[in-house]
Amino acid sequence: MATTTTTAPTGVQDVRGVARSQWRLAFERFRAHRPAVIGIFVLTLLAILCSAAPLISPYDPDKTQLLSLYEPPSLKHPFGTDDLGRDLATRILYGGRVSLTIGLLAVSVAITVGTLVGVTAGYYGRWIDSLLMRTVDALYSFPRLFLLILFGVFFKGMTVGVIILVLGMLSWLTTSRLVRATFLSLKQREFVEAARGVGASDVRIIFRHILPNSLAPIIVAGTLGVGAAIIAESTLSFLGLGIQPPTPSWGNMLNHATTDMDKAPWIAFFPGFFIFLAVMSINFIGDGLRDALDPRHVVRKER
Amino acid sequence: MGRYIIRRLIQAVPLLLAISVAAFAIVKAQPGGPLAAYEGNPDFTEADRLRLEHAFGLDQPLPVQYITWLGSFLKLDWGYSFSSHQPVLALIGERLPNTLYLMGTVFVVVLLIAIPIGVLTAVKQYSWFDHVVTGTIFTFLSTPTFWLGLLLIILFGLQLRWLPLGGMQTVGAPFDLGDRIRHLILPVATIALVQMGGHVRYLRASMLDTIGQDYMRTARAKGLAERIVILRHALKNAAIPLVTIIALDMPELFVGALVTEQIFGWPGMGRLFWDAATRSDYPVLQGILAVSSCLIVFANLLADVTYGWLDPRIRFS
Repeated sequence: MATTTTTAPTGVQDVRGVARSQWRLAFERFRAHRPAVIGIFVLTLLAILCSAAPLISPYDPDKTQLLSLYEPPSLKHPFGTDDLGRDLATRILYGGRVSLTIGLLAVSVAITVGTLVGVTAGYYGRWIDSLLMRTVDALYSFPRLFLLILFGVFFKGMTVGVIILVLGMLSWLTTSRLVRATFLSLKQREFVEAARGVGASDVRIIFRHILPNSLAPIIVAGTLGVGAAIIAESTLSFLGLGIQPPTPSWGNMLNHATTDMDKAPWIAFFPGFFIFLAVMSINFIGDGLRDALDPRHVVRKER
Repeated sequence: MGRYIIRRLIQAVPLLLAISVAAFAIVKAQPGGPLAAYEGNPDFTEADRLRLEHAFGLDQPLPVQYITWLGSFLKLDWGYSFSSHQPVLALIGERLPNTLYLMGTVFVVVLLIAIPIGVLTAVKQYSWFDHVVTGTIFTFLSTPTFWLGLLLIILFGLQLRWLPLGGMQTVGAPFDLGDRIRHLILPVATIALVQMGGHVRYLRASMLDTIGQDYMRTARAKGLAERIVILRHALKNAAIPLVTIIALDMPELFVGALVTEQIFGWPGMGRLFWDAATRSDYPVLQGILAVSSCLIVFANLLADVTYGWLDPRIRFS
């Protein structure tokens, strides 16, 4: 485990034991971070509620109810109904499945791509490094939402799968820089020389010896990235270019909110509130993880 | 200093070239190609297609097409909008000032609020003020810009009726500064509240770093007033990296502007971009992408130069 090599103790010691206790310490620090624990709790609760949507709600999320258009919040409809008479609370639960899934999977794509790019640039260096990093610089110079909108136009609105891929392919920049930075600083170190000396292959050196050292910043950036991805998806869907109705997502539920703000402000309030709740919990968790894993690191937010 | 600026400028050239390749690729990648508009027209025969492709140079190899395109792009010949048939440059020229006016105001407001708050939260670390501000900022950092905009409209526009719902000024009325300012408040607040958080957090952290430095103790030991110690010695050093952070946030400012312009019906470039997107108006999209990314590169360059000017160590490394 290369995690330990940075703090390599002198003398003989069970290296794996040290590794475990480092993660153990991080876990203790995380547990002491109260907002992060609350964040985990809220997010888990949200995820459970959304997954169990059909069990909780008696309503069909997509069925138009012409007799109950624009009903304000009541006992029957805790968050009111929308412009087609659909129960808002039900749609929020179903929309949460879409929005949370997109956030998580898009970040998985982003981390995979970012890690591969960062590894290639940082480990192999030379022209490939300059090429990749100049590409990253260039991509950083485009506002991400602008590119997302362009893809939205290409695909004439997006399905869940497409938006995950597109969002993932546009969100790996931070991860690639983080990973590259670790590789640049570690590839000359003795433990890497030693691994090479005993005949370890490049792949083994990269994934077993160097990459574990980037885990902490990747985890933090990834967590904060989930929040950013949820906001990006909801913004795109709000603008009408992301997830297409009738599939509900927290963003596209706000699609008509602008025209109905006057008579039905709850339509604008509730879906947005759930985006906020999810993103806030994720940011709390991210903050807690940063304090726990990587107290000195500052992660930049991508939008 | 002059040499440093020139070096920086030269380093920006490959970046701008990469951006131009990306902008070119975007139009090339559009489904159906640039002649997609004719697709489905029964009078449009294969012979017509070949003739048009030849006329527009679309039968040339890609690198040749790119060079030709770059040439006309540099000569500010950016083509015509598919939908309004106006020159792209004129369309952007009409909207860009409105966006810069919005973004510029946000920029000033954010700095005017974020700097004092960042300093105060650091000086009074862990006080109730620090907790309240840090909490508030965290809240706004997690708020989607468009939702905040909607809430502000509902609260201040529809319920309280204090402020106009959208637009840049009252339609048809003569220029009136008060009216302009009233129209600015909600859009600026929408972007600024979300943007500010990052700056305050950064400045707070960087002030806390600085306050622990030896030269701070020295300054106090000299008998300087606490105010001077904080503002002259701590803030000056802590604020230097903020220059870079602000420049790096430029893309976010554009995104905030796009969303806000859309919600508030602000006639800016973001709204033009969105309108062009819904009409698959690629020349306009390409032009706006180019303008916004060049502005971002320029802002980064400006930040580098400012940084080098504030911190001479940077210039010589």
